[in-house]
Amino acid sequence: MDFLNGLVALSNFVLIPAVAYGSQLALGALGVTLIYGILRFSNFAHGDTMAFGAMVTVLVTWWLQGMGVSFGPLPTALLALPFGILGTIGLVLLTDSVVYRFYREQKAKPVILVIVSMGVMFIMNGLVRFIIGPNDQKFADGERFIISVREFKAMTGLREGLAIKTTQGLTVVVAVICVAALFWFLNRTRTGKSMRAYSDNEDLALLSGINPERVVMYTWMIVAALATIAGVLYGLDKTFKPFVYFQLLLPIFASAIVGGLGNPLGAIAGGFIIAFSEVTITYAWKKVLTYWLPEPLEPSSLVQLLSTDYKFAVSFVILIVVLLFKPTGIFKGKSV
Amino acid sequence: MNDTVKNSLLFAAVAALIVGTGFMQSWNSALGLLNMGLISAIMALGVNLQWGFAGLFNVGVMGFVALGGLAVVMTSMPPVTEAWAAGGLRVMAALAFGAATIVATVFAYKRLAGRARTVAVLAILIGGFFIYRALFDPAVEAIEAINPAATGYLGGLGLPVLLAWVMGGLLAAGVAWLIGKTALGLRSDYLAIATLGIAEIIIAVMKNEDWLARGVKNVNGLPRPVPKEIDLQETESFVQAAQNLGMDPVTASSLYVKAGYSLLFAAVLILILVASQLALKSPWGRMMRAIRDNEVAAEAMGKNVTRRHLQIFVLGSAVCGIAGAMMTTLDGQLTPGTYNPLRFTFLIWVMVIVGGSGNNLGAVLGGFLIWWLWIQVEPIGLWTMELITSGMADDSALRAHLLDSAAHMRLMTMGIILLLVLRFSPRGLIPEK
Repeated sequence: MDFLNGLVALSNFVLIPAVAYGSQLALGALGVTLIYGILRFSNFAHGDTMAFGAMVTVLVTWWLQGMGVSFGPLPTALLALPFGILGTIGLVLLTDSVVYRFYREQKAKPVILVIVSMGVMFIMNGLVRFIIGPNDQKFADGERFIISVREFKAMTGLREGLAIKTTQGLTVVVAVICVAALFWFLNRTRTGKSMRAYSDNEDLALLSGINPERVVMYTWMIVAALATIAGVLYGLDKTFKPFVYFQLLLPIFASAIVGGLGNPLGAIAGGFIIAFSEVTITYAWKKVLTYWLPEPLEPSSLVQLLSTDYKFAVSFVILIVVLLFKPTGIFKGKSV
Repeated sequence: MNDTVKNSLLFAAVAALIVGTGFMQSWNSALGLLNMGLISAIMALGVNLQWGFAGLFNVGVMGFVALGGLAVVMTSMPPVTEAWAAGGLRVMAALAFGAATIVATVFAYKRLAGRARTVAVLAILIGGFFIYRALFDPAVEAIEAINPAATGYLGGLGLPVLLAWVMGGLLAAGVAWLIGKTALGLRSDYLAIATLGIAEIIIAVMKNEDWLARGVKNVNGLPRPVPKEIDLQETESFVQAAQNLGMDPVTASSLYVKAGYSLLFAAVLILILVASQLALKSPWGRMMRAIRDNEVAAEAMGKNVTRRHLQIFVLGSAVCGIAGAMMTTLDGQLTPGTYNPLRFTFLIWVMVIVGGSGNNLGAVLGGFLIWWLWIQVEPIGLWTMELITSGMADDSALRAHLLDSAAHMRLMTMGIILLLVLRFSPRGLIPEK
């Protein structure tokens, strides 16, 4: 019984939050890795692209809520999501034609593009703050829980409760659908294949008649969709605050690099590695260990390896260790 | 028009902006702008050393600036003797043990091989971590228990505050050496992500380690290298002199103090600028630019690229640390909660790129110009918004929203400026020769 109780506590506080967070990171990292593979630079504006997409979705959600539209037990934000994606696609395509295309034609060095993306980051950040302000915004509605602590206890008779938030379940389901759709697109469709060809060998792809501008356009559209979905899911699960998305940049990049930049499979693995490490290292293990260890060994302290404020340090240390020992990431990435 | 004339005109224009602020707004804000402009110029020089000279992409400027601020507390505040007695030595011992663990791990990794290596490294790391926490936690608790409302930290060394500027540079240099040892040699954008992370970690440490500098409780009342306004106002001769000039003693004292800071900061800026110029023109500077322009060729000529990169990374970070220490001295308090990467990392980058990367004078010009804009965009934005919305009804929600949002114009303006400069004048206002 104690073992089961411990397991339930572990799932409730570590496994479920980490799976949800990992899915959000994986979606974010997929966007970063696609940009890196096709456009060949690290996009510092990605966090703010996520913020922008989430912001459009929040605004449309409010409008829908104002109209009295709801999505039953699911958050209304899901209905608003397509609008958010369209808005973000519009923004990134505009950014590409106004800003990035010039440097692509010049064949500028990747580091110049990184600096350019810093400028884009400033503008997007300012835009989001300008439109919606720098504060927390709530936009989640519908059922809060799939299983609440009380229901779970009544169901199983265990002392520990298990709660699964709707947003957590939703995050995982949406992430799985997105990833499946993305891989189907990349592996099965003509456009997806031309994207992979372009990413593997630009010159060869050009020789075989692939239109680079088309590849780039599709990449931006996919990235905008992924960024918006990741941003909205994160916002639903936690809260929408523009600055938080900027700070997500570090774990997202860590995920993409740990998995191997330019490798979509790696980005997903990286997202979960980073999320699980962050959550396990900053979780206070006292509760679980009290169940699992025999009486005399029970811990008296919290058994928290690092305080939650150091979660950046976790992603960072993993990043450095992987870079030092396996510079192209766990799955082989590419280097420009 | 030759370069000297053009550069002089550019500097004159920026000077006119600051003087204009004095006439239009107040001399107090003009001097405030000048002081932060001087500090920004020094930060920009530090980034220019790394990026302009050597092509190192460091986006962890904020971390080194914050370390400079930490150094001010550690150097100039009086020591808290009770805290030292309670746990000072134990904390030091714990930290030394932690460092020893890492050294032992590296040693084991280098000396052993195969499975023995994995086991030894893991054993040392895990065992070391728990022993370290067992030593560290009670000591920290003891220190933080000493009068937590006023101190609750170890205090500093009680040395003169000007010395803290040097210490700020040294502290930043030491940390930069550690980071450079591990992260340099990574590809440019990996280095960028790594430094971005380091800066966040430094801030997290400063926010959470209360025993070090009180964390988010802030350290107030740092010693100052110039007299206090209130003391001046009580000095007979100063009040007399102010009245002779026809000035209000309160304003006069504030101007006097700010001008004192300006002189000190200007002296540091000139020192660093001259040193940077000499370095740029020396064989060492030519070697750096050769490495930047073609690493492979430089390596083939027998230059040790990694070591030179480490050297300039440490130097540039030290300059940022000095600037950070000066800024904290000017503020009179250390507030770890206020460090924000947009303001302390990316804005400095805008300064360097707008001014002209690779050119020291350009970095200084960019520092002053961008800082002026950063401050003045807000009133200008508000004014513009008022102009745009003047036709709308007073109670219009859109009008209220636009007026409220004017404060967020600065980020957008900085982004637009950066993109425009990169597009139309990628070498900046004063290009590298």
